[in-house]
Amino acid sequence: MSDNTQAIKNLLFRMADDDLIIGHRNSEWTGLGPILEEDIAFSSMAQDKLGHAQALYNILHSLGEADADTLAFTRNEKNFYCCHFVEYPIRDYDFSLMRHFLFDTADAIRFDMLTNSSCQPLANLAKKVRGEIKYHTMHANIWISQLGKATDESNIRMQAALNECYPLALGIFEKSDYESVLIDSGVFDGEELLQKVWTDIVSEIIEKSNLKMPDINEANLSTLAFGGRKGYHTEFLQPLLDEMTEVYSIDPAAEW
Amino acid sequence: MYGGGYIYEDTNTNNQNDASVNDAAKLEAFEARIAAGEKIEPSDWMPADYRKQLIRMIEQHAHSEIIGALPEGTWITRAPGFKRKLALMAKVQDEVGHAQLLYSAAETLGKPREDMINDLISGKSKYSNVFNYPAETWADTAVIAWLIDAGAIINQVANSKGSYGPYCRALERICTEESFHLKYGHDNVVFLATGTPTQRAMVQDALNRWWKPIMHFFGPSDKISVHNTIMMRWKLKMASNDDMRQKFLDMYVPKIWDLGLTIPDPELRLDEATGKWNYTEPDWEEFKRVINGDGPCNKERLAVRKMAEERGEWVRKALMKQEERYITPLA
Repeated sequence: MSDNTQAIKNLLFRMADDDLIIGHRNSEWTGLGPILEEDIAFSSMAQDKLGHAQALYNILHSLGEADADTLAFTRNEKNFYCCHFVEYPIRDYDFSLMRHFLFDTADAIRFDMLTNSSCQPLANLAKKVRGEIKYHTMHANIWISQLGKATDESNIRMQAALNECYPLALGIFEKSDYESVLIDSGVFDGEELLQKVWTDIVSEIIEKSNLKMPDINEANLSTLAFGGRKGYHTEFLQPLLDEMTEVYSIDPAAEW
Repeated sequence: MYGGGYIYEDTNTNNQNDASVNDAAKLEAFEARIAAGEKIEPSDWMPADYRKQLIRMIEQHAHSEIIGALPEGTWITRAPGFKRKLALMAKVQDEVGHAQLLYSAAETLGKPREDMINDLISGKSKYSNVFNYPAETWADTAVIAWLIDAGAIINQVANSKGSYGPYCRALERICTEESFHLKYGHDNVVFLATGTPTQRAMVQDALNRWWKPIMHFFGPSDKISVHNTIMMRWKLKMASNDDMRQKFLDMYVPKIWDLGLTIPDPELRLDEATGKWNYTEPDWEEFKRVINGDGPCNKERLAVRKMAEERGEWVRKALMKQEERYITPLA
């Protein structure tokens, strides 16, 4: 590996941690979904997300980091690089569904961009993962449209969820210190391009779903969304990690 | 997808299937078909009591699946490592899928899913007693996935040979998935039982606590349970409670002992002369008390289910299309 290894590792950690944490969060719907069919769908997508996280950690392992279980189950929050958006509790279904829509749209575009990455293992993984995330965005798009247009209550709920989620979702695109290295070495075309494509796709679906894009400008841009990529997190992440590692940490050397 | 939401026609308007007609000739033909091993399908004539018993059985089974998702589901967020976390998620997801399959099978008999879930929440309709006990540690999930699912397979393989087509077909699919759960549970128990002293103690403790609910699982002893010959004749019940319990002991006690685990019943031993297992008679008074609402987790389980239903109501309403009417599913 050349001198962009640190940059690649940082990108992999950001992506893997996002997928691990949102997969963990969405798995919390198991048995509690608003309708059995959605219970099952959220579980499927959560399983995919964990699988993607594991695959990304495996690439990190091949670059000299610890194995996937150690990376996921032994780090504390300071060493996590997920965005704040994925850390929030699942709340009501409107919040979880809107987060799923905004996050997965970005995730799909990111993996799509990475199919051309100069980091070959990542490009190979992206080609595989792209086919799975397609179903996540299809699922999200159908539900956003259905609930945006169905009843007054569902429309109001989804608009409120969008107003709350959208500023937080911008934290997905928080740049790391390695941004220019990643772009210059052809690993990843960058967060700015990703955000631009994301904004276009999200706006189109939101408007078709009888919802309105929130007015975000420099003045009202929430600072709450940022810091995750540098290891600064919401108050929700460490308790999540404590819960996730409760059994594993009884004896990390044991085989479970 | 559940296109019409929860809008259904009144089952009383379904004249072709009006089971209230007490027709001796029809009953005779119906019983002859069952005796000949034929399956009864939703549009076939059936006695009102057959329909009633089936609805009760299938909805209780469906409820057991969604309530059963709760004790194991709480450990998804704590499962140690990717392998266990992914497997447990898939396992519990399967259980929710079984509920979906079973509610659909019960709906073929004319009772809407929403009515069944309302009867569950109100306490009118029961679910398997075992899920009124808590899953206190990670090892509990291993013991549940291995031994409760093993018990369920014994029960369900028997019932899949029953007389009602949609239920039998659902059970066949369910048993295929349950057999994976059993393998997952066994693998999990093996890792704990052959692991560190802490892991071994954890799994032994879980087995000690779950043995009583497991013995209760197959239902009251044949000596005290009300025998319903009609249920047997109509192939709604395919094996006696004690026979299923014996079969379970036959298959799993040696496997448990092989792992160096002990079973908390000093009377438990195989009687070589009869080939039957002797065991301490389970406390059927406790069984009745728990099934009637006074178990360690009854209130919490129903409260969680009720909360999920209430919080999801706006979503279900948003799926309804007022102009659509429910049409009886074919199978």
